[in-house]
Amino acid sequence: MVNRIRALIIKELLAILRDKKSRFVLIVPPLVQLFVFSFAATQEAKNQTLAVLNLDHGKPALTLEQDFAAAATFSRVLHLDHAAEVTPVIEEQQAIAVLWIPEDFSRNIESGQQAAASFILDGRKTNTAQIVQGYAQRIMNDFRARLGPSGPADGARLVVRNWFNPNLDFKWYTVPSLVCILTTLISLLVTSLSVAREREMGTFDQLLVSPLHPLEILVGKAVPALFIAMLEGTFMVLAAVLLLRIPFNGSLPLLYASMAVFLLAIIGVGLFISSLSMTQQQAILGAFVFLVPSVILSGFSTPIENMPQWLQTVTLGNPLRYFMIIVRGIFLKDIPAALVWHQTWPMAIIAAITLSTATWLFKKRME
Amino acid sequence: MKDRLRRMKALIGKEFIQVVRDPSSLLIAFVLPLILLFLFGYGVSLDAKRVKIGVAMEDSGAEAASLAASFLASPYFAARLSRDARVLEADLLAGRSRGIVVLANDFSRRFHSAGTAPPIQIITDGSETNTANYVQNYAQGVVSTWASLHKLQQGNDSRTGPLLVPRIWFNPELESRDSLVPGAIAIIMAIIGTLLTALVVSREWERGTMEAMMATPVGIVEVIIGKLIPYFLLGMVAMLGSVAIAVFLFKVPFHGSVGALLLTSVAFMLAALGQGLLISTAAKNQFVAAQVAMITGFLPAFLLSGFIFEIASMPMPIRGLTHIIPARYLVTNLQTLFLAGDVWSLLLPNVLILLGLAAVLFFITARKTAKRLR
Repeated sequence: MVNRIRALIIKELLAILRDKKSRFVLIVPPLVQLFVFSFAATQEAKNQTLAVLNLDHGKPALTLEQDFAAAATFSRVLHLDHAAEVTPVIEEQQAIAVLWIPEDFSRNIESGQQAAASFILDGRKTNTAQIVQGYAQRIMNDFRARLGPSGPADGARLVVRNWFNPNLDFKWYTVPSLVCILTTLISLLVTSLSVAREREMGTFDQLLVSPLHPLEILVGKAVPALFIAMLEGTFMVLAAVLLLRIPFNGSLPLLYASMAVFLLAIIGVGLFISSLSMTQQQAILGAFVFLVPSVILSGFSTPIENMPQWLQTVTLGNPLRYFMIIVRGIFLKDIPAALVWHQTWPMAIIAAITLSTATWLFKKRME
Repeated sequence: MKDRLRRMKALIGKEFIQVVRDPSSLLIAFVLPLILLFLFGYGVSLDAKRVKIGVAMEDSGAEAASLAASFLASPYFAARLSRDARVLEADLLAGRSRGIVVLANDFSRRFHSAGTAPPIQIITDGSETNTANYVQNYAQGVVSTWASLHKLQQGNDSRTGPLLVPRIWFNPELESRDSLVPGAIAIIMAIIGTLLTALVVSREWERGTMEAMMATPVGIVEVIIGKLIPYFLLGMVAMLGSVAIAVFLFKVPFHGSVGALLLTSVAFMLAALGQGLLISTAAKNQFVAAQVAMITGFLPAFLLSGFIFEIASMPMPIRGLTHIIPARYLVTNLQTLFLAGDVWSLLLPNVLILLGLAAVLFFITARKTAKRLR
């Protein structure tokens, strides 16, 4: 029996790796994606353009304008002359925000009255607008503080320390997350195509008349996928640490152990889709319909805590959710085995469910 | 000419039957868009509401108590009080909280001796980078409000002097759903236009039916147009359905005109179809076509289109790369149409770029196909 399975595993690996294009597509693009997307997927606000409409010629107004221009967020400042220019600048997205300093700004400060400057933001970009608004408020607070003791902004100063990622470098967050997403993509595609390809090619009937037991066929399909995905995961972790310089603080054995459990859960899904599909096209699209929501519900682009309660409950069935926490935790936080286990056992349950459902469906469709 | 029309009609009819017969194309054209819209409409949100934090109260003075109360009362935080910072640090490590506010044991004493609040330490979970930013901003807000309130109670009006009045146009509540739903529609169209087209056309190549078709009186251009029209219509129907759901169910405002919406969508659909066609012609194998469509179609639409991740913040080479991603222009146009209205000076250049991209893609495909036939 071991011999039969081994032969099937070798055949399966050959089927995937023999074709030059498939081999290329399996190895190169995930690594390229890791690079491109790790630089791209940032929720910071950098290189922004600020437009300034300064109708006041007093000194305080000029200082405020300079304070804004000096902020690291804004790499370019547009100077406007008329109020009529504000609307097109925002509408056409030439600037993320307009600082509008009215004529009486300096005069009001000097006479001790309230002096309001407007800060108009482009609400189409909600995340950036929110972050830029936070920065702007901070610049204004500092400006108030510098006006002297009469200025009301007192020492409400924060000393912020960011643990695990002191400079809040977004790459440290994105790269471990992308490692999770890309291993999911590979293992899901390889397994979901495995049975469907044989069906479409007509070689499935040959498998059926062979002495192989259905369970053996499934093992023969699952093991190569596990092998390829683990290998791919290793490549990506190496690239993350050696080339992208992401700190790896945790334990490698814990990472591999949890990765195996996670991949089994995904492989179960892939085999289920594959058993259900008659053609490769159905398999690919089926894999896609699983992949997209699970990435969205993984907490990668939007935190799970922000979702409504019922949706948070749904995410409990998503293996990617747990794996993301583990990988980010091991990379950045050096989480102990107990915390890894806390995230691993739900994945083990999901794996048991997906694998047994796939086996059941596979057997049923063979009859 | 008449023959040609008749042949095309037959081809289009055949393709339609194929779409309707295969549950997987319907799954991708109707079920996945619904799932995506529901997720972005009801669930997913970038607005961090009630972020879990811990407040370490090492001081029992009145000032520390009132500041801690401000954190507890803040709608942005779900704060947990503790006297022991170590308990809260364990929460942070386990991901049960995203930040800690430390009120050191000399907080009230220093407050009295200096007359102002001493520095307040905030610890954030940097491994959740975006949330860490929010924690910082929100904490700043809570502390500033508390400080000026405190001044006011002492008869010191803080409402004088300079202040910043933020006004957020198009989306005053900064409801992230309102900009995410238009982005989700762009992704749906990218999936149908690029992935589905790449798959169906590469299947014809893989099975050899494309060559069989060429042996018939049907010209290659007719075959391709016959293939594209059904998917073009499918994409447009999915788009219109999605916009209807967004507007009527999720109440996302729509300030633009239907004409501008159709113009933008047609231009995008052409570019996406061109991309899918090129992929399938180059790959001729479904597995490879699916992978390439995923990598050059779906993932860029998700990550490089400015839908969630801000393009301006990306480093230069990648910012340059986004200029050839069709989804980038669609996302900008859809967000503008939904939230701002018909800003032609922004919409029209984007439409023209999309048409240009489509022309280039079709041109390359035509050259590649002509070569293969020889």
